[in-house]
Amino acid sequence: MKVLVPVKRVIDYNVKVRVKADQSGVDLANVKMSMNPFDEISVEEAVRLKEKGKASEVVAVSIGPQQASETIRTALAMGADRGILVKTDAEVEPLAVAKILKAICEAEQPGLVILGKQAIDDDSNQTGQMLAALLGWPQGTFAHKLELADGKADVEREIDGGLQTVEIKTPAIITTDLRLNEPRYASLPNIMKAKKKPIDEKTPADYGVDVTPRLKTLKVSEPPKRTAGIKVKTTAELVDKLKEVGAI
Amino acid sequence: MASLVIAEHDNKNLKDATAKTVSAAAQISTPVHVLVAGSGCASVAEAASKLGGVEKVLLADDPAYAKMVAEPMEKLILSLAPNCDAILAPATTNGKNYMPRVAAKLDVPQISEILKVVGPDTFERPIYAGNAIATVQAPAGKKVITVRTTAFKAAEAAGSASIEKVSAAGDPGISKFVGEELSKSERPELTSAKIVISGGRGMQSGENFHLLDKIADKLHAAVGASRAAVDAGFVPNDYQVGQTGKVVAPELYIAVGISGAIQHLAGMKDSKVIAAINKDEEAPIFQIADFGLVADLFKALPEMEAELTKLGY
Repeated sequence: MKVLVPVKRVIDYNVKVRVKADQSGVDLANVKMSMNPFDEISVEEAVRLKEKGKASEVVAVSIGPQQASETIRTALAMGADRGILVKTDAEVEPLAVAKILKAICEAEQPGLVILGKQAIDDDSNQTGQMLAALLGWPQGTFAHKLELADGKADVEREIDGGLQTVEIKTPAIITTDLRLNEPRYASLPNIMKAKKKPIDEKTPADYGVDVTPRLKTLKVSEPPKRTAGIKVKTTAELVDKLKEVGAI
Repeated sequence: MASLVIAEHDNKNLKDATAKTVSAAAQISTPVHVLVAGSGCASVAEAASKLGGVEKVLLADDPAYAKMVAEPMEKLILSLAPNCDAILAPATTNGKNYMPRVAAKLDVPQISEILKVVGPDTFERPIYAGNAIATVQAPAGKKVITVRTTAFKAAEAAGSASIEKVSAAGDPGISKFVGEELSKSERPELTSAKIVISGGRGMQSGENFHLLDKIADKLHAAVGASRAAVDAGFVPNDYQVGQTGKVVAPELYIAVGISGAIQHLAGMKDSKVIAAINKDEEAPIFQIADFGLVADLFKALPEMEAELTKLGY
């Protein structure tokens, strides 16, 4: 069974984002970019499936600018076998990403697609579910644990009240939550090996998908700021203050 | 045309998240219809019919919807979509699960976790873990929206809507619910509690969370945790407050042994009053706390419990 893993190049999770003065977006100039942390968990899960003999091949896909090939290389260094870069400088919305991935799924025929539950830039949490709907496949979102069996997958999911298990038929879509696994660091020999693994270059037009944004971003602004209040000296004073402002 | 709100419930009780989503819907398109999809959930429909501003409750009572599994939910919502121009769900793990499927099938972008309705087609939503707010305009056509419920006031229970049964739309038969492990608690739910007390890595162990439990019991508060505390295995995942966990905005948030990573702040910074107890006076949590106490939590928490007892809590 082939596993497809879409990976997104995003601002590194340690970087403090700054809104541009003209409110046109977030400043990405000279900012460190990395693989979306949830996607690292997806790559790890796919590579583990291969190591356990449950997956035959792991294909990493990224949709983005030329530099997104570096994100694919990271996935290859973690253990993916080959990459597909769908090159575009446009900001591609989840629906368009799902349409491109659908076309890739039709060509590659994977048994599973494992995606991060959301990207830490737009925080949409949509792509996996949209891809599942477009393909008519079932989904196991916010996965905490994944067990594969013949023609099906048991997915333990993180839900508001605790954990829920669903059984879904494969082929299927999985989206990863934080506690599914702990992604490995790529070793130096594997980073060297990854340089020789193939990356196919495509464009959205190759898949017949129009990536023009459908949502119009009118502005991007700073959230309202909270300021520090006062320091209290004792627990008794803290309780008094909370009572004084009517919080308890 | 109408807006359709998908109700959040557990087949017995209607969740507060629904009332808040109704408020958002009323600002986008009226009349507001509420879909209650579940199994043996007539009492939920009854409760939804009392929400102010709701004209009609659609009740789809079928075993396929008992756990709101995404694939049958998609089919059901799509069967009702022709009669409405906006479809809204609270941004709960259920809403986040089925709504993008609906949007994809309608070939429209989903607008996730709106914070504010600026106009009927224009919304504010958080990006970069709430470190920036985007104002986005939806294209013409149907709108599919999830709502960050902490940002909206609940519709008051003042209505008397009619309840209409709708037929089930069938189960594609590719997925099924197997089981669940839900945290049992007598305390209020994190997302609707008036007071939340959360512990972080500083709690050092799961057993030590009982120090928070004692205070929570006195204040009728919910107990939460930072991602660090969940990742360390102190408490289950459903305790997590933060960008990737639950977003809360109670009247009072008490952060104990939490340093205040951006990830965590994104989940609680809209609380009305924030109190923080941390032994590190440089902890970032103090930069947003209304009241900060630099102290060892193992000393401060028993003291706080005693103070509250003294005051009759």
